[in-house]
Amino acid sequence: MKVEAKDIFAKTELRFPEKVSGFKGDVFEPYFQIEPQSVVEAGRYLRDEPGVQFEVLSDLTAVDLPKENKIQIVYHLYSYSQRHAIVLKVDLPREEPHVSTVENVWKAANWFEREVFDLFGVNFEGHSDLRRILLPEDWVGHPLLKDYVEQEEYDGISTQREPLVEKLLR
Amino acid sequence: MNEIAHTEGEVFHTEDMTLSVGPQHPSTHGVLRFVVRTDGEVIRKAIPDVGYLHRSIEKIGEKVTWHGYVPYTDRADYLAAMFANQGFCMAAEKLGSIEVVRRGEFCRAIACELNRIASHLISVGTFGQDIGAITPFLHALRERETINNLMEEICGARLTYNYIRIGGVGYDITREICDHITEFLDHFELIVDEFNRLLSYNKIFIERLANVAVITKEDALQYNIVGPNLRACGIKWDIRRDIPYSVYPELEFEVPVGTGEKGTLGDSYDRYMVRIREMQESCRILRQCLKMMPQGPAIAKVPRKFKPPAGEFYARVEAPRGDMGFYVISDGSEYPYRVRIRTGSFTAMSLVEKISHGIMMADLIALIASLDVDAPEIDR
Repeated sequence: MKVEAKDIFAKTELRFPEKVSGFKGDVFEPYFQIEPQSVVEAGRYLRDEPGVQFEVLSDLTAVDLPKENKIQIVYHLYSYSQRHAIVLKVDLPREEPHVSTVENVWKAANWFEREVFDLFGVNFEGHSDLRRILLPEDWVGHPLLKDYVEQEEYDGISTQREPLVEKLLR
Repeated sequence: MNEIAHTEGEVFHTEDMTLSVGPQHPSTHGVLRFVVRTDGEVIRKAIPDVGYLHRSIEKIGEKVTWHGYVPYTDRADYLAAMFANQGFCMAAEKLGSIEVVRRGEFCRAIACELNRIASHLISVGTFGQDIGAITPFLHALRERETINNLMEEICGARLTYNYIRIGGVGYDITREICDHITEFLDHFELIVDEFNRLLSYNKIFIERLANVAVITKEDALQYNIVGPNLRACGIKWDIRRDIPYSVYPELEFEVPVGTGEKGTLGDSYDRYMVRIREMQESCRILRQCLKMMPQGPAIAKVPRKFKPPAGEFYARVEAPRGDMGFYVISDGSEYPYRVRIRTGSFTAMSLVEKISHGIMMADLIALIASLDVDAPEIDR
């Protein structure tokens, strides 16, 4: 029997009252919100609860929402055994965003979180190895933020390039 | 024998060694680097250092239009560009509620399966090369060349196709090309057997790979290993079958899984063999597609100024390196608000640090080759 997304939400809400909210089921990917401080317990619960069993963290990423002044961490969970999916969202403030790591729930989170740290500047508390992963260690800024401005040069090499079209027109 | 080592009271000291493998190393399949701590020839830990090929494709997605982003997805994984095209287009179509025309879906399936064979050929070919067998590599590349020619006929490009567009495909696959594909299949199905005789059932090859770098089911789930690597651990999971998309539900095909036939379940040999069998299944799919392809247009009418309503979708496709996810968010404007590409190589690479503990230095190369990681796909 396939468990509906709203049942998963109801179960989680029963277990973590007032920590989860904002279930939305009439979209392509049903999702609900979780308070940042209970993401690890909720993750562990969703992984281990019989009938829910989200043994796989398909994806972990972030979305920058400057208009609402928040950064949203998005967890895509999937269950191979039960064949259902759910999306968890955690809202963080844009100033000093931080949330606990789910590395101990799903190991795949280790690199995903490093990527989010690298490209969004979100601090994952308790992470075993929080370093930049794609960009060099001494890079300034976090490129996937909407208000990111690229540094003018890196390691003595200019990051700017004259537009090709103007050159051709000249 | 060394006398000093045998003198009483003397202890023979060994020291850990730190090596840097890469970024330019023939077996790293692109530009990636490992910092390896070894004790003699046994690896204590191999720490992957990625990011050399980071081009920030996700950021580019926020700056170009929906149609304009399709060519960029090609560059996410140059060996399997078709799947990235399809993943993004599927997400865009879902958001814009566009129905893909039926002939377009079949063209997609044909192009994708051809691409899968090409990608797996590179994988198994370089696998042999990495552990010291040069000849099979040339055999594999010879066949891939034919596929590249076919791809050129289909869409004009040999590597970065930009073939699958929102709503269908760029160019129809004509009768003539269908004949060429059939011709290729007739030839290739025999080649797989030849390749098996040449490499797969070679005693040296088997002994070199059996029981090497075993990935357990638990690790595969914990680290979210996907695609052939996951199936090699004995987990029968294929997006084409389990979260069906495109025309795959109508087609008949098997999902090959690892059985531990020559050693342990989930060893390097299983990962190799799954790919060989997947190529055979792709041939089966191709033949069915060619037979079932209906007449009609190849692409639906999609406005040039494509503005899907606000929403988000996570599209999954079964790429040669596993579940490729496109998490696309639209805010109703001409540009995607956020494009996230989740690739199979990225998670496969994160597992290396764990699996490499206690294996031999030479087996690290076999491990990387068997995971079939692709550096541009890791770094995007």
